[in-house]
Amino acid sequence: MRYETVRRVTNVASLAFCGLLAATAVLPLVLVLYHVVRNGASALNLDFFTKLPVPIGESGGGMANALVGSLLLIGAASLVGVPVGVIAGFFLARQLSGRFAFWVRFAADVLSGVPSIVVGVVAYELIVVPMKGFSALSGALALALIMIPTVVRTTEEMVKLVPYTLYEAALAVGAPEWRATVFVFLRGARAGIITGIMLAMARIAGETAPLLFTAFNNQFWSVSLTQPISSLPVQIFNYAMSPYDEWHRLAWAACLVLVVLVLGMSVITRMVTRGKYEIIQ
Amino acid sequence: MSAGEAVYVRPRPAFVLSDRVANSILAAGAASVVGLAVLLGVVLSLGAAPALSKFGAGFLVGKTWDPVAEHFGALPFIYGTLASSFLALLMAVPVGLGAAIFLAEVLPQWLARPIAFMIELLAAVPSVVYGMWGVFVAVPAIARVEEFIGQRWGHIPLFSGPPIGIGMLAAGVILAIMVLPFIASISREAILAVPRAQAEAALALGATKWETIRGPLLRYARKGILGGIVLALGRALGETMAVTMVIGNVPQISVSLFQSGYTMSAVLANEFAEATGRIHTAALVEIALVLLVLTVLVNAFARLLIWGTAAHAGEERV
Repeated sequence: MRYETVRRVTNVASLAFCGLLAATAVLPLVLVLYHVVRNGASALNLDFFTKLPVPIGESGGGMANALVGSLLLIGAASLVGVPVGVIAGFFLARQLSGRFAFWVRFAADVLSGVPSIVVGVVAYELIVVPMKGFSALSGALALALIMIPTVVRTTEEMVKLVPYTLYEAALAVGAPEWRATVFVFLRGARAGIITGIMLAMARIAGETAPLLFTAFNNQFWSVSLTQPISSLPVQIFNYAMSPYDEWHRLAWAACLVLVVLVLGMSVITRMVTRGKYEIIQ
Repeated sequence: MSAGEAVYVRPRPAFVLSDRVANSILAAGAASVVGLAVLLGVVLSLGAAPALSKFGAGFLVGKTWDPVAEHFGALPFIYGTLASSFLALLMAVPVGLGAAIFLAEVLPQWLARPIAFMIELLAAVPSVVYGMWGVFVAVPAIARVEEFIGQRWGHIPLFSGPPIGIGMLAAGVILAIMVLPFIASISREAILAVPRAQAEAALALGATKWETIRGPLLRYARKGILGGIVLALGRALGETMAVTMVIGNVPQISVSLFQSGYTMSAVLANEFAEATGRIHTAALVEIALVLLVLTVLVNAFARLLIWGTAAHAGEERV
């Protein structure tokens, strides 16, 4: 064979092989979604959203308490995580250089890379140990720590998109810096910041590891911050590792709810920010 | 004040005060992020102190983990974490890099972007859902593959052991899926960021498309690609739920892919809530500390590599 032909064949074969690898990379998402939808949809009914878990052996029951628990945990985590994250993000967007800004950015990066289970251990040491018991509060704090770096990063990126000249215009007509900041940057970046927050909330909705020994679990109704509380992901874990088919069905249903929530948020965010916000930072 | 004269208007004192308040609020928020990062290290160091002083460096190389006898060595967990992460990279790097090349250089961008987004979505699926899928879908499938391989090459230590699906191989496969989007997405961006002139120069010399990719493009993008791989490694090291559900949770060190293992994150997930006694808890906190140090080092290295390439990226392409 002529050398030229070898080169041409190698070219086509290699590129085709890359195409095959790309198809392989998409396959897991298709498979995971297929199984979650197929197994989850058949187990999902009104009882799932309205009933409490039932004891082993009885059929039926739902995850109403876990749903409410997850919402409560996310809400409480956001109360702490959102203000801190947005404020720090604003700081970074306005303070692009300097030693302090470097350390803040570095800290946000470090926090975003810390395994969530390690954050759980820290929340345990900080809150569960002094309070002498598992509590929704400690779980919420762990989730807040996990959401802060995401909120910081999105806020920074979104504020940077607002034209600086608008800010200068506000200063020129006599606004103090803080009013110019609030009315130009915050208003201009509002939609982006809110979607970033929603995405962070969706992300912590799926977090399991940090809740295992902070919020723990609860088979009953509880909306108290000082008591252990149930959550969807922890309930999925417990039910998945149990030997009962009925519990496996419920776990699949909960998986479907979680996946719809998290992937739905990611897709909406992508559409709202028109691809400016990347899932992977 | 006459017209036309340049006048310096001093800011009103109220403005100065309100700006100072606003700026200190921003600085306080930013400082609290730094504070939280420091807090993590301090809390874990204090919590691990009893184990640190009792076992010293022996903790990292000890092979027995016996909560009843209060004898704690973390080597099986450290080995499990490193081995499962390495296995995951072994599978995810070729697939992710190949996909990145295809999406960046072969497909037109209007088609590549949605596909890249689909791969990125893999990163958004909660870990426990991967665990669920792993236990009920992937593990039975892996068990069949293990049985097939075991019958033919079972005498090779790498493939010895019971073909039950649960074990190191399953953990590696699930982890590979979970870190794939990081490698694919960051590599694609690194390749897209290579200046066009580099590729055109190669093409002008008569190189084929593949030769252009393999030569100048990959060489130019290698720092960014490596950054993506290291970032993926950081994720794999700390991943908890999915691994806990499929790795088998047996603290042993075995070369076989079919044997069960245990990782640092998995032992935390399984034992921390029910830790008995002060030393057991401290030993687990020390494992969390080791995991923290490991992931922070790996992530810092990844950021260094990615920031380096981001500096001369930015060329838009269609």
